[in-house]
Amino acid sequence: MSRSRTILTTPRPRALAGFTAAALALSLGACGGAKVGADTAAGAQDGSEGKCGTVNLAVNAWVGYEANAAVVAYVAEKKLGCKVVKKNLDEQVSWQGFSTGEVDAVLENWGHDDLAKKYITQQKVAQDAGPTGNVGIIGWYVPPFLAKQHPDITDWKNLNKYADLFKTSESGGEGQLLDGDPGFVTNDAALVKNLNLNYKVVYAGSEAALITSFRQAEQTQKPMIGYFYSPQWFLAEVPLVKVDLPKYTKGCDAAPAKVACDYPEYNLNKIVSTKFAQSGSPAYNLVKNFKWTNDDQNLVAKYIAQDKLSDDAAAKKWVDANPDKVNAWLAAG
Amino acid sequence: MTTIAAVRTGVRPHRGAIITGILLLWLVGFTVLRGRDTLSLGAADVTSLHTQLNELNDAVGANRNSNPLFLYFFNEIRLVIEQLTNFVSALVSQPAFGRPVPLIGWLGVVALLGYGSWALGNLKVGLLAVAGFTFMGLQGLWQESMDTFALTLSAVLVSLLVGIPLGIWAGVSDRVNRVVTPVLDFMQTMPTFVYLAPLTLVFLIGPASAVIATLIYAAPPVIRIAAHGIRQTPKETLEAAQSLGTTRFQLLRQVMLPMAKRTIVIGINQTIMAALSMVTIAALIDAPGLGRVVLRSLQSLDVGAAFNAGLSIVVMAIVFDRVTTAASVRVERSRRSTSRFPASVRKVALLVGGAGAVVCLYLSYTFVWAAEFPTDLDLGAPINRFVTGVTDWTQVHLSAVTSDFKELVTNHVLNPFQTLLTDSPWWLLFAVLVALAAVAGSMRTALVTALCLALIVGTGLWFDAMSTLAATLLATVAVMVLGLVFGVWMGRSPKVDRVIRPVLDAAQTMPSFVYLVPFVALFAASRFTGIAAGVVYAAPVAIKIIADGIAAVSPTTMEAATSAGSSTWQLITKVQLPMSLRTIALAMNQGLIYVLSMVVVGGLVGGGALGYDVVAGFRQNALFGKGLAAGLAIVLLGIMLDRLTQSVARRAQATTDHVRH
Repeated sequence: MSRSRTILTTPRPRALAGFTAAALALSLGACGGAKVGADTAAGAQDGSEGKCGTVNLAVNAWVGYEANAAVVAYVAEKKLGCKVVKKNLDEQVSWQGFSTGEVDAVLENWGHDDLAKKYITQQKVAQDAGPTGNVGIIGWYVPPFLAKQHPDITDWKNLNKYADLFKTSESGGEGQLLDGDPGFVTNDAALVKNLNLNYKVVYAGSEAALITSFRQAEQTQKPMIGYFYSPQWFLAEVPLVKVDLPKYTKGCDAAPAKVACDYPEYNLNKIVSTKFAQSGSPAYNLVKNFKWTNDDQNLVAKYIAQDKLSDDAAAKKWVDANPDKVNAWLAAG
Repeated sequence: MTTIAAVRTGVRPHRGAIITGILLLWLVGFTVLRGRDTLSLGAADVTSLHTQLNELNDAVGANRNSNPLFLYFFNEIRLVIEQLTNFVSALVSQPAFGRPVPLIGWLGVVALLGYGSWALGNLKVGLLAVAGFTFMGLQGLWQESMDTFALTLSAVLVSLLVGIPLGIWAGVSDRVNRVVTPVLDFMQTMPTFVYLAPLTLVFLIGPASAVIATLIYAAPPVIRIAAHGIRQTPKETLEAAQSLGTTRFQLLRQVMLPMAKRTIVIGINQTIMAALSMVTIAALIDAPGLGRVVLRSLQSLDVGAAFNAGLSIVVMAIVFDRVTTAASVRVERSRRSTSRFPASVRKVALLVGGAGAVVCLYLSYTFVWAAEFPTDLDLGAPINRFVTGVTDWTQVHLSAVTSDFKELVTNHVLNPFQTLLTDSPWWLLFAVLVALAAVAGSMRTALVTALCLALIVGTGLWFDAMSTLAATLLATVAVMVLGLVFGVWMGRSPKVDRVIRPVLDAAQTMPSFVYLVPFVALFAASRFTGIAAGVVYAAPVAIKIIADGIAAVSPTTMEAATSAGSSTWQLITKVQLPMSLRTIALAMNQGLIYVLSMVVVGGLVGGGALGYDVVAGFRQNALFGKGLAAGLAIVLLGIMLDRLTQSVARRAQATTDHVRH
């Protein structure tokens, strides 16, 4: 209390009265508050710092990936006592992180043959840690209302017939095929050319712009066709319909400029740094064993994107409901 | 004198005729040669230069562990900056020293900032700081705001530490100034996306890279403005001081620095603003804070949540802007020693306030309630719901109108103009632009233009550069229309100014990522959306500059014109606008540069061309070289447009001076 008295006895000009009074009131009221650090001794994070140590997970910027990272991080922290550091990074920067030692694991990788060649084959700083169980499908999609209006639009052979529907101010008199994020695998320019389609590829430039376009198209019933993929949380909101391109056969996409077939199915996989793989950390086993289905991922992605749960809360909800799967990841080997 | 005047007035219509002639020749050439030699390049295609740049990047990656430059230079820089940032984070944002919370809790931060703002500025901005930072906490974003605050503070500190001495040096030495200026141009116009990935290769993923990315963009303003301030010392003052036998150092310390102090504070203001504009981009390489919230919300198109974070950035920017502005006024006043209050009263008040702040600091160190921001009152959720509601409504109900407007502008203005630029043979457009620069500017300008254009051809991205140029010019026209309308309105009425200015501040500091989603919904993924984003960002600058120019027209001139019976319209067109011609030219120059700095953002929403190339270079390893080349092309466009508008402005200035005398 003596401190308060010194404040009171100091002469104070009018302008300050309010501020001082507020500070005073706060300092008086504070005497009974809980003190910082009083409860840390009791809650010392499960106490098991021992074997696991720190795991650096790259988190790439799409919700499906975030779902993978949320669940792996939750299990690593709660069941293995690891300290998980999530690093929000672009794919290219994440791979680069293998060489600088800043990233231990990438949890959903879509192809990226060039990066695999550079960091796995040449620099040998990274390695494949097996499939995530998710199957990635890439292709051309139309909003559901359009597929209902014109059921035959989902066959690529009819696309030229409908090209006029898709004309925009950007496509110079041809139909517009909207592509999204430049980081995603695409052969669309070659496909349009090799299938002799009256279309022009227009680059939206980001996933957000692409999804917004599809959402707006369905809402205002405006025809549109574009590049899309699953698993993706947005498909739960608007179930886009896939257009059938000429069937994929092994090797039909060998020469990028000559591609005239659909995209292959991607078995999405995990990539870890060589250092992490050799560290003997139980977290490495977890990452290696981590495997689930598209439905699992979509569910957690829905918790995050639509129900607005935090990563941890979303992961907890799923982990609590699926103890068998989690235990299988934690089994040795 | 009369002969010179006659010659000059004789030249002017002549010049107009030459320009018209050049444009006509261009049109004829375009009609005949359209589509030839356009140097276009497919989205996924690269030139040998691009491949070589890629290999350079790989070489850096491969040698980073053995190269002495890394071991003894970059690593040291990284360590120092990392230490600094971690220290600031430990103070306000991250758990540290075995505590579950940072050293200073929310109450301490708010009190300290309020007190500091009051001490450096005035009581009003002190209260603004308190209210502003409390608001961030009430939005439920205290932690994120503090992360952003810590990172920005570190970047600004380093910028000032390096920038102010460098600026002063460039102020006293012409040679240094000549070397520094193009480097600063480069730092400010090279899109951050280009060097973001290599940066993490050199400085690793972490606070150091984020701080360095921020300071590359944020340091130039304070260097430029400090140099400018030093140069502004009146010649008479300098001569008077020199005649008293002062040494150069004394001259700097006792004459130039005190006189430049206010200008330097304005430079600090600009540096802080620039640093805050990097918050979202730095989040792409794992910088913690509000930027991360924006990016994360964008993944699920959650405009409301992105807006919450964006609003916190806006509030932070406005607080710092007002505080530094008030501080610069105080500096000026103390130099002239014309304070409104007797100094002793303020001194005592400050002492008491300081004691109060210390109490708050202590409380926030000790007690949980003052350390962690209370979550009882949540302003974030209602704001989020409101914004979501508004955007949903607009997207559904206005999109028909907005999309018609987009079609109209694109089909009748943008497409023809862009085609004219991109489909002319490159050598024809090259010749036209150089000739225009020579006639409208000077021979020197023509040379610079020729050099920049030649280098753009060298980047292999001529076609994309011209299509970006078309969009940039169109956006600048829109910016200038808005600038003139609102600038004149604000300049003529302080009341209007007071209402509009905060809106402009918000438009300028709100991260563009926040409004991109509604923009795409309204105008589709298109070049128009890219242009609209550029206009939103650049128009406030132009409006503010023009408003200040109009407001500065001397009242005596205005009174004279009014008493001569001029109508308001005549007053504006015959007096105020002609007298602020130089300011308008400056507004155009700044408008262009600001529009250009949004090219990359445009690339994220369908703008295509150079912006898309840069984004693709960041996202795809194989296109890194092309992205770098596109970044260079943007820099070259920037330098060219800057020099061109400056030289035209000088000419305008000379003409008005001539008319006036």
